[in-house]
Amino acid sequence: MSILLLFSAGFIVEKIILISVLFAITLGVAAYSTYGERKFAAFFQDRLGPDRAGPWGILQPLADGVKMFTKEDFRPNEAERWLYILAPGAFMFVACMTSAVIPWGTQLTVFGTPVDLQVADLNIGILYILGLSSLGVYGIMIGGWSSNNKFSLYGAIRASSQMISYELAMGLSVIAVVMMTGTLSLREMAAQQTGFNWNVWYQPLGFLIFFICSLAECNRAPFDMAECETELIGGYHTEYSSMKLGFFLFAEYINMFISSAVTATVFFGGYNFPGLDPNWLGGFMGPIVLFAKVFFFIFVFMWIRWTIPRFRYDQLMHLGWKSLIPLAIFNMLLTGAGVLYFGK
Amino acid sequence: MTLAIFLTLAVISVITALLMVFAKSPVHSVLYLILTFFTIAGQYVLLNAQFLAVVHIIVYAGAIMVLFLFVLMLLNLNKDTEPQKSAGWKLAGAIAAGSLLVTMVGAMHGSIQIAGAEQSNPQVGLVENLGKVLFTDFVVPFEIAGILFLAAMVGAVLVGKKDLKV
Amino acid sequence: MQSLTNRSRNVVNKKMNFWERIYLVAILKGMWTTLKHFVRVMFGKSHTVRYPEVKRPFAPVWRGWHVLKRDEKGAERCTACGLCAVACPAEAITMTAAEREKGEEHLYREEKYAAVYEINMLRCIFCGLCEEACPKEAIFLTDRIVPSDYARQGFVFGKDLLVEGVEPEKRIDVSVRQKHIQEKKWAAETAH
Repeated sequence: MSILLLFSAGFIVEKIILISVLFAITLGVAAYSTYGERKFAAFFQDRLGPDRAGPWGILQPLADGVKMFTKEDFRPNEAERWLYILAPGAFMFVACMTSAVIPWGTQLTVFGTPVDLQVADLNIGILYILGLSSLGVYGIMIGGWSSNNKFSLYGAIRASSQMISYELAMGLSVIAVVMMTGTLSLREMAAQQTGFNWNVWYQPLGFLIFFICSLAECNRAPFDMAECETELIGGYHTEYSSMKLGFFLFAEYINMFISSAVTATVFFGGYNFPGLDPNWLGGFMGPIVLFAKVFFFIFVFMWIRWTIPRFRYDQLMHLGWKSLIPLAIFNMLLTGAGVLYFGK
Repeated sequence: MTLAIFLTLAVISVITALLMVFAKSPVHSVLYLILTFFTIAGQYVLLNAQFLAVVHIIVYAGAIMVLFLFVLMLLNLNKDTEPQKSAGWKLAGAIAAGSLLVTMVGAMHGSIQIAGAEQSNPQVGLVENLGKVLFTDFVVPFEIAGILFLAAMVGAVLVGKKDLKV
Repeated sequence: MQSLTNRSRNVVNKKMNFWERIYLVAILKGMWTTLKHFVRVMFGKSHTVRYPEVKRPFAPVWRGWHVLKRDEKGAERCTACGLCAVACPAEAITMTAAEREKGEEHLYREEKYAAVYEINMLRCIFCGLCEEACPKEAIFLTDRIVPSDYARQGFVFGKDLLVEGVEPEKRIDVSVRQKHIQEKKWAAETAH
C-alpha cells in the first residue's frame, strides 16, 4: 500500500528510461564479454584470437549473433515442449533482473533534474541478489531435465548442487559484511565506502570466499563442471541449439557482469575511488569508476578461467562444504568479535 | 491500484496452487508450487515486508523447492511407475487431508483478529523490527528452532557418514 | 637411473605444507605465468601467422603437386618410359604411351610420348622417387599444395593438371628442386 503511493508518472518514466539504458548496457557488456573472452583466451595462450570481423575483430559479437539466430532450431522429439522453451528464457530473465539493485553511481543531473543511478533502492538489496542467484538454478534444472537426455540431466544436477552448495558460503561471507556495515542496502553500503575506505581491507577473507563462490555461482572455470565437455558433452545445454543455446551462454556472461558489479560494490567501494569524486562530470564519474572496477573483475574472471584447470567434482564439494563454509563461519565470528570490540 | 495487484496475485496464487495439486507430472507440480511462492512473495511486498518476501524466495523457492525438484528429476516418476492405491488408502488420505483443512480453517479463524491489529504498523516487516522482535519477544522459540535445526544438521551428517560405528 | 637431461623431476609423495595445501600460492604463480604470456601477446609478440595475408615460406625440400616439364622449345619432355610408375612405391602413376606423328615435333620432344598420364593424388605419398627415377628430367614435385575436393575422382590428376604451360609466364620454376635431385644423384654415384 505505502510503496505504491510513492509512484508518480515522472518517477515511472524515469525508472523505465533507466531500466532500458541499463538493459542495453548489460546486453552490450555481455556481448563484448564473449568477444573479450575469446580474445583474452587467445592472448593467454600466445594466439591472436578473432581478428577477421572488422578491425581487431570487434564486430565478432555481431557475427556470432547472426550465426546464432540463423542456425537450425532443433528440439528433441521426446523433450518436454514448453519447459524446454521456457528454460533459456527463465535463465536469461533472472540474470537480467539482478542488476536492478546495484547503485551505478550517486546521482546524475539530466536536464536539471537529479536522477538516482539505481533502479530500486531496496533496503534488502544484498538479499535480493542472493535470492535471484538462487533462482538461477531453475533455468538450468528445467533445461537439463526437459531435454530428456541423461547428459543434460547430469549437467543440470551438477550445476544445481554446485550452486546451492556455494550459495551457503556466499551468504555467510556476505553476512560478515552486513554485520560490519550494519545495512542490507547496497546503496548505503556503497555510500559508506568513501575514498579508500573499502570493505575489502576489513574483510579480506570474506572477499576471498565471496569471490570463489561467485566463480562457482557463475559456473565459470575452475568450477565449470556443469558443462564439462569431456564427460558431459556440454552439460545442461547439450540438446540446445540456435538462439536458445545463445540465451544460456549469454545469460552466463550477464551473470559474470553482475557478479563483478556486486563484488565491486560490496567489497571494492562501488563508485568510490580516492581522488575521484563520484559527482564529477555531472555525476558520470561514479559510473565510470564502477565500470572500470567491473571490467577489471571480468578480466580476472577470464584470467582465472584460462589459467586454472577444472576441479574434480568431489574436490569441488570438499572445497565448498569442508573449507569455505567453516572458513566463512569463522570469518563471521571474527567479524562479530571485531564489531563488539571496536563498536563498529 | 494496490487492490488490483493484490487480486491479481491472489487469483494467480490460487490457480497455480490448484494446478500444483492437479498436475499429472510431479515436476510440473513443483514448478507450479514455485509460482505460488512467487505470488505469495508478491503479497509480502504489498504488505511492505520486503525482507520476508526475499527470505521466502531464498528459502522456499531457492533452496527447498530446488531439492524437491532434484529428487523428482532423479526418480523420474511417471504414470507407469506410480503404484495404484487401494480404496482404503484413498479414504484414509481424504480423512487426513480433511482434518488438516479443518485445523487450518480453525487456526485462521482465530488469527484474523491478530492480523487486523498488527496492520497498524507498516514497518513491522522490515529487517530491524523483525530482528528486534525475534530477539526479544520470541527469543525462546527462536533459539529452540535453532536447536531443532542443529539436531537436523547433526542427523544429516550422521546419515551421510560412510562407515558408521555404533 | 641417471637421467640424461636435468629437465625431468622426480615425483615424491611428500606431505604438503600449509601454504601448498591451500593452493592459493600455486594459483597466483600460475596466474603470473599466464599474465606474462598475455602481456607478451598484447605487445605484438605472437607466433600466429595470419594465413591468407601472410604465407610461411616453403622448405626448399618441400614436395607437393607434381609438374610435367616442357623443354626450352615448349615440347613435353616425358617419353612415357614408365620408370616413374615402376619406382612409385604407392603405385599412384599410370600412363598410356603413344607414338609421335609427323608434324608433332614441337609438341613432344621424343618419338614416344605419354598420351595419358595420371597421378592419383590420394595414393601418392609425395616421396619424390619418381623425380629420381626420371631419365628425362620430366617430372618434378613442386611447392604447390594439392587442393581438396569433394569426390575421389577429382584427385586423379591428368595431363591437364600436370603439364606446365607453354608460355614463359606459365612455366614452373623447379631449378632448386632440380639442383637438389642432381646433388642426390651425384652423391649416390660417388658412393658407388
